[in-house]
Amino acid sequence: MSELVRIRVLRKGFPAVAGRAATTVLEGLDLAIEAGSFVVLTGPSGCGKSTLLNIVAGLDTDYEGSVELRAADPSLAYVFQSPRLLPWRTVAENVALALPDGDPRLASVPDMLARVGLAEAASAYPERISLGMQRRVALARAFIVEPDLLLMDEPFVSLDDPTAEDLRRLLVELWGRRPTTVLFVTHDRREAVILATRIVRLAGSPARVVADTVIALAGAERGCTDRVMAEQRRVFADP
Amino acid sequence: MALATRATTAQGAIGIPRLVWTLGSLAALVVVWAIVASLVSSRLFPGPAEVCHTFLREVETGSLMRHVGATLARVVVSFVLAMLIGSAIGLALGRVKSADRFFDSWLIFFLNLPALVVIILCYVWFGLTELAAITAVAINKIPNVAVTVREGARSLSRDLAEMASVYRFGWWRTLRHVTLPQLAPFFAAAARSGLALVWKIVLVVELLGRSTGVGHQLNVAFQLFDVAMILAYAITFILVVQAIEIGLLQPIDAKVNRWRR
Repeated sequence: MSELVRIRVLRKGFPAVAGRAATTVLEGLDLAIEAGSFVVLTGPSGCGKSTLLNIVAGLDTDYEGSVELRAADPSLAYVFQSPRLLPWRTVAENVALALPDGDPRLASVPDMLARVGLAEAASAYPERISLGMQRRVALARAFIVEPDLLLMDEPFVSLDDPTAEDLRRLLVELWGRRPTTVLFVTHDRREAVILATRIVRLAGSPARVVADTVIALAGAERGCTDRVMAEQRRVFADP
Repeated sequence: MALATRATTAQGAIGIPRLVWTLGSLAALVVVWAIVASLVSSRLFPGPAEVCHTFLREVETGSLMRHVGATLARVVVSFVLAMLIGSAIGLALGRVKSADRFFDSWLIFFLNLPALVVIILCYVWFGLTELAAITAVAINKIPNVAVTVREGARSLSRDLAEMASVYRFGWWRTLRHVTLPQLAPFFAAAARSGLALVWKIVLVVELLGRSTGVGHQLNVAFQLFDVAMILAYAITFILVVQAIEIGLLQPIDAKVNRWRR
C-alpha cells in the first residue's frame, strides 16, 4: 500500500487566554497514513486529537510542521463531533451542498439518502429530525464527495448504544462500498478495535504517539465479542 | 396569505380567529370615536363620517395619491439606502475587532443624535432638496441597522464556517447558504423597526422642507386647523404601512423562518 498522507507536527500550542496559561498540545508527531487504511486515533480527552484532525483538514494553520497529501487535487470530507448541518437547508440540500454546483454526482443524492435510511426525510429540516438521523446526514454528506481522505471526530458520541451500533454498521457498509482512507478519533476502545485497521494511541502533555498497532481482525471476527475483547486488551496494554 | 395562516394557527381561547378579533376591536374604536365626536360636536374633533368625506374628496382630486406616493417613494429609497449602508457597516464592525473598538463610540454618538438635528443640518448644508431629505432620513436609520447587524455578524457560527471550508463551498455559496441565513433574523429585526422609524422621520423631513408628501399636507392642514384632513392623511398612511408589514415583511419573515422547530 502506498502512503497517502504524511503528517508532521513539530509543535502545536495555544496562546494564553483568559487566565489559562499557554500550552503545547502536540510535539514531535510524525504520522504516515497508508492509502485505504482505517486509522483510529485514541487518547485521553484534551490530548489534542481534535486539534490534529483540524490541522490535517487545513482548518488550523497555526502550527509548526507540514501535512502532505499525496493525491492530485485531494478531496476531503470531515464528520465533526456535532453534525454541523445547515438548519435552514433540508436534509437533501445539506448533502447536495457538499458537491460543487452542476456536479454529475448530484444525481446520486437520493440514492445516498436511501442508503443511509433517510429517503423519507429528504425534505425535512435538520432540527426536526433526531440526533441519530442528523448524524446519518453527516455521514451521507461525507461519502457523497467520495473523499480521498475522510476525517471523523467522535462522530457517534451522545447517542444511545443501539443507535451508535447501527451507525457503526452503516459506516462499515459505506466504507466497504467505496473504500477510502479514514482518520477516526474516538475515546471508545471497543469502537476503535471494531473499526480500525490500525490504532494510534496518543498520550501525555504535550501529546506524543505512545503506541501504534495494526489490527489483524478479519471482517467476521469484528462481530465476535471475545476476539474484540482480546484485541482490546492487546492494543491497550500499557506500554 | 400570511393573514389567513395566522388566523387559522392563532385561534383565540374561545375559538374565534385572530383576524376577527382585530377587525372587531378596530370597529369598536371607530364606534367610540364616533360617539365622542358627536358629544364634543366641534369642528376641531371631526367624527369618522367627516374624515371619510375628506378622504374621498382628497382621493377624487388626486392629491391623496400624489402625496402618499411621494412619501412612500421617499420611505422606500431612504429605507433601502439605510439597510444597505447600515448592513455593510454592521458586518464590517462585527467581523473586524479593531474597527469595532475604534468606531463603537462614533456609533453611539450617531445613535444619540436627535433626528431633528440631523434633518436641520442636512437642509442647512445641502439646501431644501430631495437629496438632503433622503440623506437626513438615511443617516437617522443607519446606526440602528448597523448595531443590529453587528450583533448578527458577531454571533456567526465558526463551526458552520469550518464545515463550509472543508466542503469547499467557496465565498459565494458560503455567503448564500451559511452566512446570510444566520443574519436573516437580524436583517428582519432591523427592517421591522426600520420601517416604523423611517416613515415617521420622512413626515418630519417633509414638514420642514418639502412641498409634496404627507408631511407637507399635514403642515398645510395644521395652518388651516383642518383636523379632518390631518386624520384622513394619518389614517391612510397607517393603513399603507400596515399593508407593507402584513403583505411584505411578514411573508418574508415566515419564509426565512420556516426551518425553525
